[in-house]
Amino acid sequence: MELTGAQSLIKSLEQVGVEVLFGLPGGAILPVYDPLIESSMRHILVRHEQGAGHAAEGYAQVTGRPGVAMVTSGPGATNIVTPLADAFMDSVPLVVISGQVATSAIGTDAFQEVDFTGITQGVTKHNWLVTDPDEIPRIIREAFYVATTGRPGPVVVDFPKDVANAKTDWSWSDEIDLPGYHPPAKPDMAAVRKALELISQAERPVVYVGGGVIKANAAAELAEFINMTDFPLVTTLMARGAFPDADPRHLGMPGMHGSYAAVTAIQKSDLLISFGARFDDRVTGKLSAFAPKAKVIHVDIDPAEIGKVRRPDVPVVADCALAIRAMTDEMKKMSASKKSLFDAKTKKAQLAWREQLAEWKALFPFAYDGKGDASHSGPIKPQQVVEELSAAADEDTILVTGVGQHQMWASQLWSFSKPRSWVSSGGLGTMGFAVPAAMGAKVGQPSKTVWAVDGDGCFQMTAQELITCSQEQIPVKIAILNNAYLGMVRQWQQMFYEERYSEVYLSADLPDYVKWAESMGCVGFRVDDPGEVSSVIEKANSIHDKPVVVDFRTDSMEKVFPMVPAGASNDDILVHPSLRERLAKEA
Amino acid sequence: MSVMSAQGKQIREEEATELIRPRPSHHLLAIKVENKFGVLSRVAGLFARRGFNIVSLAVAPTEDERFSRISIVVDAESAPLEQVVSQLNKLINVVEIKQLHPDDAIEAELLLATLKIDKAVPPPLKEAIIKYKANILEQSDSFVTVSCAAAPTKLDELENLLQSYSIVALHRTGQIALPKLEFLGK
Repeated sequence: MELTGAQSLIKSLEQVGVEVLFGLPGGAILPVYDPLIESSMRHILVRHEQGAGHAAEGYAQVTGRPGVAMVTSGPGATNIVTPLADAFMDSVPLVVISGQVATSAIGTDAFQEVDFTGITQGVTKHNWLVTDPDEIPRIIREAFYVATTGRPGPVVVDFPKDVANAKTDWSWSDEIDLPGYHPPAKPDMAAVRKALELISQAERPVVYVGGGVIKANAAAELAEFINMTDFPLVTTLMARGAFPDADPRHLGMPGMHGSYAAVTAIQKSDLLISFGARFDDRVTGKLSAFAPKAKVIHVDIDPAEIGKVRRPDVPVVADCALAIRAMTDEMKKMSASKKSLFDAKTKKAQLAWREQLAEWKALFPFAYDGKGDASHSGPIKPQQVVEELSAAADEDTILVTGVGQHQMWASQLWSFSKPRSWVSSGGLGTMGFAVPAAMGAKVGQPSKTVWAVDGDGCFQMTAQELITCSQEQIPVKIAILNNAYLGMVRQWQQMFYEERYSEVYLSADLPDYVKWAESMGCVGFRVDDPGEVSSVIEKANSIHDKPVVVDFRTDSMEKVFPMVPAGASNDDILVHPSLRERLAKEA
Repeated sequence: MSVMSAQGKQIREEEATELIRPRPSHHLLAIKVENKFGVLSRVAGLFARRGFNIVSLAVAPTEDERFSRISIVVDAESAPLEQVVSQLNKLINVVEIKQLHPDDAIEAELLLATLKIDKAVPPPLKEAIIKYKANILEQSDSFVTVSCAAAPTKLDELENLLQSYSIVALHRTGQIALPKLEFLGK
């Protein structure tokens, strides 16, 4: 069938199953927006291209399907570089279609021309510049295949205007021409058996769960592994929700602001079993002092992660779900032949280890002044807001955050029970992520409640997407933990720069968040009194037809604890001041 | 020599032999890439991004027009070879990476140099040209251009020797390599 390149693109996107596009048109992409009118795909018109990218990420994170964004050339394209980098760091399947000037104009500094494949080389899994309209269906197929298989990631298809206008024959096949791309899937069984050998001898094991478990939809496999071994586990910032927080074997989040039990368990472990985690510097702290006595089993689908940071004793290159299942299958074989996985001595040591961990968990919780004390006076503690939001939420509620103190409190104090119920910017640490990502999450899961916990600094970066939410009827809920500061930077200046505050004060009243929310078609609330937190949350939860913004005026000097100072060993973890005496006794 | 598959698994090469041999100062990689727009930039960009140092780089089409071969010499100090290879393997257009231990490889490079002379090629230079199997490509009353194809270490020696003459221009191509015959097909 003969059609234009633009029609071929739209048809190809429909063919690979795209239902939603987030985008903003402009000159070079104009031809593609014309056939979009007839398309079955829903297009959501964002107010800034960064919003389109983060929305597509949020959509991808909660659905497991690729997020798609479409932008024009030049500034439209450069505005989406941040979401591409964010998705690259956090392995989010994201497909960005960018307009480009006509092929004859490429290289002439034409109006709104940038070398977008060049610019995005370092922040995409791969990118394509389409030069032949006949190749459109194959390139779209390849783009989605690369974005979603192996270690997922962002891709760019750069689409020149003359290619969009050219006539082409459209036909669909399953042909893919990628001779250099063979994502691994199944684990090497010899490696799995070696891993089991280490597992069977472990006296102080810790399972270190990373985002790969979420990406591989391996929560059920993980649960089975934990049930068979009774091993304690930690979930990284990217893996929150992979295992229920309420389970006593779950020690919480590791890392710079992780729980004392999670951080210390890793430090003292003799076996670290990493499922889809990448030994990020925010988790390891000072690398030479990280888990010094631990042998390491490293399961990852990306061979380049093996040995990049820490050399494992047993590497397993595979999809997490397949690798974990291979391990539990082997364990089942053992129990079928009446062999027990652990001998009596090991079992006894593991029991003592679990008792030690339970004690740490009980002794060193996430503490803050006035916790659970109704008579506590003073400003609202940000932690209280997160706890009350979590308590009022059903288990399907999706939590989205920006980056900073509020993100750490959200991750620490929300009680997760399901995978894909948490959307946050991890590796890149992109402020302003929350509002557009929440929008995308709500589009992907319209029947679920989506709460964003955001900071006042973050909110001001991308709040304009609430206009999109109002217009497109995407009723997200935003809780601003308004402390009038770029709080995490202020905390570092307070702790490491002798309280010399440099360019971190924002003001609690400027802007007026309630008026701003209302002007964007949302319902706005303000809460100053700790006693009113829960009733306003209840009110917000009862609104289903409009976005809601709640301006929680929180304690401006509150700090995130525990904290491992940058570059320090995880052994030097700083707990909340109220727990320091206790920790000193413990040591 | 060993071959890395796209999965980054080492197919051949006994680890034990690596332990006996001294650590080489450089790694030789022969990277087969798809002959696509921007592929050299992707490979070079990866080295820059990850902080791996390139000693030399040569690229040319292969016997199959769909592919090119990039020969890269990597400074062994700047990065663990395994990381370099597995990061390169992640590039979609990289089809195959062959890693050659310098001891197992025939290495060659081409040098071109134009030197100032006074009417005739001085006898010591003539001797050097014969010794290093170099060729005189062009000669005038004032200049001579010589070429030499040899192992990079030999070219280093020759280049040193040429320093005692007045060099107008000197270019080297960067080395390429193939496995020694005893490793052929293994």
